[in-house]
Amino acid sequence: MWKTIVRRFLIMIPQLFVLSLIIFILAKNMPGDPFTGLITPQTDPARIVELTEKAGLNDPWYVQYMRWVGNAFQGDFGLSYTYKRDVADLIGERALNTFWLSLLSVLLLYLIAIPLGILAGRYQNSRLDKTIVMYSFVTYAIPTFVLGLIFLFLFGYKLEWFPTSGSVDVQYDPGTFSYFWNKIYHIVLPSITYAILGTTGIIQYLRSEIIDAKAMDYVRTARSKGIPMRKVYSKHIFRNSLLPIAAFLGFTITGLLGGSIFIETIFGYPGMGELFVSSILSRDYSVITALVMLFGFLALLGSLLSDIIMSIVDPRIRIE
Amino acid sequence: MARKNKNTGNNNYVNSPPTGLQVIFREFMKDKLAMFSLLLLVIVIVGIFVWTWLGIDQQQLLRVSLRDKFAEPGEKFWLGADQGGKDIVGQMIVGARNSMLIAIAITLITGVFGVAVGLICGYFGGWIDNLFMRIIDFFITIPQLMLIIVFITVVPKYTVGAFILIMSLFLWTGTARLVRSKALSESRRDYVLASKTLGTNDFIIIIREILPNLSSIIIVEMTLNFAGNVGIETGLSYLGFGLPQSTPSLGTLVASANNPLVLQQYWWSWLPAALFILFMMLGINYVGQALRRAADSRQRLG
Repeated sequence: MWKTIVRRFLIMIPQLFVLSLIIFILAKNMPGDPFTGLITPQTDPARIVELTEKAGLNDPWYVQYMRWVGNAFQGDFGLSYTYKRDVADLIGERALNTFWLSLLSVLLLYLIAIPLGILAGRYQNSRLDKTIVMYSFVTYAIPTFVLGLIFLFLFGYKLEWFPTSGSVDVQYDPGTFSYFWNKIYHIVLPSITYAILGTTGIIQYLRSEIIDAKAMDYVRTARSKGIPMRKVYSKHIFRNSLLPIAAFLGFTITGLLGGSIFIETIFGYPGMGELFVSSILSRDYSVITALVMLFGFLALLGSLLSDIIMSIVDPRIRIE
Repeated sequence: MARKNKNTGNNNYVNSPPTGLQVIFREFMKDKLAMFSLLLLVIVIVGIFVWTWLGIDQQQLLRVSLRDKFAEPGEKFWLGADQGGKDIVGQMIVGARNSMLIAIAITLITGVFGVAVGLICGYFGGWIDNLFMRIIDFFITIPQLMLIIVFITVVPKYTVGAFILIMSLFLWTGTARLVRSKALSESRRDYVLASKTLGTNDFIIIIREILPNLSSIIIVEMTLNFAGNVGIETGLSYLGFGLPQSTPSLGTLVASANNPLVLQQYWWSWLPAALFILFMMLGINYVGQALRRAADSRQRLG
């Protein structure tokens, strides 16, 4: 068990190394230099040279790369040129917002997907099952930004049920209950959008898992002992079929990170995805490199988490 | 009488096993929704291409006319006009054509490359398989969307061709993995072993013997990829990292909704394009699912 985890960790290192190299070289090749916003035609050219020298932009790329990696290990990702702030602080603040959004999304996702998957599997081929399969199919086909915009238009602007942008209204003081409540109010609509779009995998997996379980020997044994079908479902089948769902958690996290770019841009939510898009637009490449590395690390961690949960739940698939 | 006809029809099938096309046809006859989607898609796609080829004057379409800024849907413009006073319907048709062409190009490039890599890895195994599997694992774990966006901003002379290549660079891995796993199991079959014993060239075995057996799953995979590619292209164009602004795409049309005022008041400038994307994705996916069922005898309805 521990061997598996350690091995997986070791595999992550070269992957992160290659990713960091790629992203570093890409960022260096971005058009425009990071001072673009600061420099006006009146700026002294000597000042620009001085700034470039001070930022170490004249060194060979591998020196810059080594310095960047060295600093990154100490939690120092440099300074954001547009925000004039420490990148680590900036991302930390945004990461917290993304974390709350993701947490609610995952909760809603499981809350929607598990009952639907169970119902579809239990009442296979019924009208209910067909509706659920249809639902999971439609949500699978809809692109994130289309559903996001339609929801924002309908529930945000037309019906005015939810706020249309931001993470909290200004009139609330941090720390109070109404501040907290207002924050939740802001993440409800984006979370619902994400949750609805992410349900397909879990519903289909759970459904087919339950349908398969119905034909298993242990179910027949339980039935022949005279256990009512209702109990067979709740005590035997669901317990077996629900466990692997836990392993979806890791992949859900990976998916959430990718989706956050769209969801946060649409709902104007100040999280990491929104920060990424605005940093790309302002060529703020210390922020871009840090964000891509962080997302890459989290994605790897997500798939690692899935594998670990899976190997706890199902000992047959442990890597030898 | 009708029943009798049906029976004789079935007898024919018993005499000779149904060919691929017959199976697909029966599957679509059983699934009305897929049939409807297929017909609609064919009509829409043919319509779009014929229309852009015959009728629409591109110059006229891109001309800015401030007097018609956000004109409401009416007689002059069926679906109104956008910020520059440009006709929404015309832009949607040209945009849909661009989006489709790009998605088709990406699907073909990733399809050919993915199938080639998958077949070679699955058939030969060994170090080449190991190498490609490591690469594919890497591609699957990295944040693809972010890297695509970074790539797009880095390319110095950004064109539609560059966009297609960047997308293809990242999107071939799924097909390669699927084809590899199928080719792996196929290459252990008796017919392949027999062919090897007879001394057939490896590449002839791959292309003439294994590939035809994988054709059905490849078609299904490419149909679903096509839907996915339409989604990714329009999504990136929506964010502003897709097609150049001067090229109308369904995504750039929807992107006008990034302005809250447009989103709220001038809904006709983005909602039709968004719904069009939605229905197109649904349609292609339905067709893809029907093909998938036709390809797998256990799932067939008909």
